[in-house]
Amino acid sequence: MIIRINGQDLTFDQELSIQNFLDTKNISINSVVVELNQSIIPSDKYPTTWLTHQDNLEILRFVGGG
Amino acid sequence: MQDDIFEISGKKLSSRLFIGTGKYASDHMIPEVCKSTGACVITVALRRVDFNAITDNVMKHIPSHMQLMPNTSGARTSDEAIRIARLARATGCGNWIKIEVITDNKYLLPDGYQTAKATEILTKEGFAVFPYINPDLYVARDLVNAGAVAIMPLGAPIGSNRGIRTEEMINILIDDIDLPIIVDAGIGKPSHACQAMEAGADACLVNTAIATSENPILMCKAFADAIRAGRNAFLAKAGATSQLASASSPLTGFIHNDEGLQ
Repeated sequence: MIIRINGQDLTFDQELSIQNFLDTKNISINSVVVELNQSIIPSDKYPTTWLTHQDNLEILRFVGGG
Repeated sequence: MQDDIFEISGKKLSSRLFIGTGKYASDHMIPEVCKSTGACVITVALRRVDFNAITDNVMKHIPSHMQLMPNTSGARTSDEAIRIARLARATGCGNWIKIEVITDNKYLLPDGYQTAKATEILTKEGFAVFPYINPDLYVARDLVNAGAVAIMPLGAPIGSNRGIRTEEMINILIDDIDLPIIVDAGIGKPSHACQAMEAGADACLVNTAIATSENPILMCKAFADAIRAGRNAFLAKAGATSQLASASSPLTGFIHNDEGLQ
């Protein structure tokens, strides 16, 4: 399946939850906010939210700004 | 003099200097800037995680007592600003949001119409909205009606360090708008911040001028002093001006006056 993550199309062979993806990137759930197909996903739903073909996932965090 | 507490959106602030977190050579300076200025409010931006870069987490450097004010930088429309605001709030950082809607990449000037649209919707959703605008009276009035908690007029283009080039227009907002006026953008030196505060602005947001100075810690202290000086001068109310001189010393009893010897 192909999932667009932060604007890039990535291919995955196996089922994948949001939590699985964050784990592969060593991203702490406390440091990010996640939007799936323009809906904000609460962090307690990451392990049970499974990604499907052509999903659009945005993973964001705070950075320095004025 | 009693403590000059600035209360906004139910929060009492002991400092009228708002600071940003952008452009520091190292985010490790941020805690010392917070401590040295006594600032209570700090801005951050929201961006995609870059999976190919090892980046520091700016939140690690922001003291927990600080009031976060995420901005919607990067938004080109009201819808994008609303989306960013909702995402920011979902982090659990609170309901303050600085609305920036910008499509002009040369001067980064804000779009007042889109800003007002976003403000109206976000206010209804319970956000405390701080809109960044050109100092335009009609836009400011629209924002008052839309429920903004403060108005953030620019002094000069973002990051330009050129000072309060819009002084007359900001003064009109100070006079006419019954909301706190927080001067944002363009403030390049402590004297600029002092000038805004002397004129009656309620606070200033300073980022670039501190972060890009050669000594950010010393510069942030200078800004904190300037903000206090300007605020105190505003509260003290300046004396009258005149075209002609008015002697400060008595005009009698001069040493060369020999009238008394006859």
